[in-house]
Amino acid sequence: MSQSPGRKQENHKISRELFVLTYGALVAQLCKDYEKDEDVNTCLDRMGYSMGVRLIDDFLARSAVKKCRSYSETADMIAQVAFKTYLGVTPSVSCSSATGNEFSLILDKNPLVDFVEELPAERASLCYCNLLCGVIRGALEMVHLAAEVTFRQDRLKGDAVTEIGITFLRKPEDRKHKRN
Amino acid sequence: RSELSLAAFALLFSELVQYCQRRVASVAELQARLAQLGHHVGLRALDALVARERPGRRETKVLGVLLFVKGPLWRALFGREADKLEQANDDDRTFYVIEREPLVNTFVSVPRENSSLNCAAFAAGLLEAVLGASGFPARVSAHWHKGTTLMIKFDEAVIARDKSLEGR
Repeated sequence: MSQSPGRKQENHKISRELFVLTYGALVAQLCKDYEKDEDVNTCLDRMGYSMGVRLIDDFLARSAVKKCRSYSETADMIAQVAFKTYLGVTPSVSCSSATGNEFSLILDKNPLVDFVEELPAERASLCYCNLLCGVIRGALEMVHLAAEVTFRQDRLKGDAVTEIGITFLRKPEDRKHKRN
Repeated sequence: RSELSLAAFALLFSELVQYCQRRVASVAELQARLAQLGHHVGLRALDALVARERPGRRETKVLGVLLFVKGPLWRALFGREADKLEQANDDDRTFYVIEREPLVNTFVSVPRENSSLNCAAFAAGLLEAVLGASGFPARVSAHWHKGTTLMIKFDEAVIARDKSLEGR
C-alpha cells in the first residue's frame, strides 16, 4: 500500500476516535479555563459557529446537493446527509411546530459522547455537544438561513434522548420560501 | 471501523489552535498547550486501542513499543503508519518517528513570524502520553526535519531496563 511520492494527500478520512478524543480534550480544557458552565457552553457554540461557516463549503463541494426549497428539506438534508457525512450517524427528523419552521433532530447515537459516561456533578448544566449547535447555525447562516439551534434534551443530563432543536427564523422579506 | 472526514477534524483542530493562541504569549507556550491537549488524547487513545487490539498483552521492550507506535497506533489514529522509525546514531536513548506530511498539519499554514511553530506538538504530546502510560517514560518533541520529526528521548532507566532484558 505504498503511496506515490508527490501525490497530495487523498486520504480524506481520520479515525473517529481521534476526533472524539480531541473534542473531549477541548471540552476538558475549556472546563479548566472557565468556571461557569454557561461560559463553556458559549465558547463551544462560538467555536462551532466558526467551524460551521467553513464546513458548509466542504459540505456543498462534497455532496453537490441541489438547493433546498423548504425548511423541512433543509432539516432533512442536515440530518440525512450532513450528519451522515461528518459524524456517521443519521438523526431522525420531526417537525415540532404547526408553522413549519421548528424541527427536532433526535440523536440515537452520538459519537461525540462515545467515551463520556456522565457529566461530573459540578458541571451539571454543561452542554457537552454544544459545538454541534454552533456548527449547524454557522453553516445555515452561510446559505442565508437564520436559525436558532439548541439542545432541547440531552442524554448526558438524564433525559431519555438527545434532541437538537432547529428554529428557522423567518425573515419578513423572504418570499421565495413560502412554498412549504 | 469508524472513520470521519478529515475536514471535520481539521476544522476542530484549527479552532483548538486558535483557542490556545489567544491565551498564550509565545510560540513555545502554544506548543506546550498543544502538547498538553495531545497528552489528554494519548492516554485515552492508548486505553481504547490496547483493549481492542492487544488484550492481555503488554509491550516490555523498547523496540516493541516503538513498532507498536509506528504501526497499529498511528494507523488507528491517523489512518496510516508513520513513514519512518529511526534511531539516533550516537545516542541509544533517542529515536525518531518521521512523517513527511503529518495529518494534524494538513491544513495548517505557519506565518513567517511564527516559523518555529509546529502543530505536530499535539502529536508529540500524544506520543509522550502513550509511551509514559505504557511504562516507557520519555520526552517527545516535534521538529521540522524531513517533514516532521517527533524526537523521542527515553529516560535512562528505560534503556537500562531494556539492556538487562536483552541479556535473558
